[in-house]
Amino acid sequence: MILLITGMLLILAGIWAILVKKDIIRMIIGFTVVDTGVHLLIVAIGYVKGGTAPIIDRAVSTADASFAGLQAISKVVDPVPSALVLTAIVIGLAVTGLMLAYAVRLNKATGSTNIDDHEEQKW
Amino acid sequence: MIKYLLVFAAILGMGWILWQLGVEFQTAQELNPLASEYVRGSTSDLNMPNAVTAVVVSYRGLDTLGEVTVLFLATAGIGFLLKRKKRSAGLEIDDADGAANVPVCDESALAGLEFDATGTTDPQNNLSNSLSSLSNSVVKNETLSSSAVKTRTEGSEILKTGSNLLVPMIVVLGIYIFTHGHLSPGGGFQGGVVIASGILMLIMAEVRFHLSHLLLHISESLSGLAYVAMGLAGLILLGVHHFLDPRYLLAGKFLALFSAGAVPVIYSLIGIKVGSELASVLASIQHEGEDL
Repeated sequence: MILLITGMLLILAGIWAILVKKDIIRMIIGFTVVDTGVHLLIVAIGYVKGGTAPIIDRAVSTADASFAGLQAISKVVDPVPSALVLTAIVIGLAVTGLMLAYAVRLNKATGSTNIDDHEEQKW
Repeated sequence: MIKYLLVFAAILGMGWILWQLGVEFQTAQELNPLASEYVRGSTSDLNMPNAVTAVVVSYRGLDTLGEVTVLFLATAGIGFLLKRKKRSAGLEIDDADGAANVPVCDESALAGLEFDATGTTDPQNNLSNSLSSLSNSVVKNETLSSSAVKTRTEGSEILKTGSNLLVPMIVVLGIYIFTHGHLSPGGGFQGGVVIASGILMLIMAEVRFHLSHLLLHISESLSGLAYVAMGLAGLILLGVHHFLDPRYLLAGKFLALFSAGAVPVIYSLIGIKVGSELASVLASIQHEGEDL
């Protein structure tokens, strides 16, 4: 529950940064904060009370794999949100890199990272 | 003022959406049927302990293929943006050189003419004067343009020695992480990022370190191609509904390195692909795509 609330607050803070801040770099930081908040939210939704990572290692040492699976179901968290977040982190890194490259290019073109100096980009 | 009101309204609306999500939310007491099916299937069907890897590589393999494509597109976009920017900047420098050259030449020629007009010195001296001023201006221009292209400072001794010690270990750790993705926490994405962080350290420590773009492109393309080929092999060997199904290779012994069918192979390919893509991002940021 704490995880969920933290994720929501991070999302809101990130959206505030995206909408209010003038500097492009700060807006990109806002995007990464939203990113982190969404990750926390997804992980919080997948959490099962008292669960551990969905990796069956010490739960059973015999070779009876199907039995291990049946036993593990009662004490692991949902693997699907974990898998989503796992890939989303790397994708978020690449997308942040793309945004920063665009910011670098804008800065080289006009010498400024302030969004007010790029009026011609407005729709 | 109206802008801040709109921002406030937007945040309030988003907060309302999240509130709707949170107010009914209760931490689950047990797994939902889909997740328990995945956890059971990862051990009984695919013979691997890591259910997250089972979801990433096999059950939601198509999603992962899509995400790798997104990663590729983002990398290509970064390379494109930085490369175009550098070329236009180079043209600007050339233009500035030309613009600076012309008036300086005129000035020296004018000075020569003035000397001629005064007629107090012989013409040869005039010529050498104007030539020397011309060469001076050229030298000045050269220093100007070379200072425009930033030269990186050498990495410190600690960083160099540390990178010599650590980079091989980091790369080995990355390879370990993505080859053991089906057994332990980790996998292709994490291992690839670890390898790219090692390459980042190398770039920071060595000024003259150049990543071969050709090598990166080849490893990236080949691993991506092989990933799709592994998926298609499942389609061909197991049947129509088995795209990216890893069970056409032997399941092996539970908890062994070579087990779980094609999962270690696929995850290693993802690891190589992610590592080389992030390394090529670093490389294009390093020399901002000047010459490939």
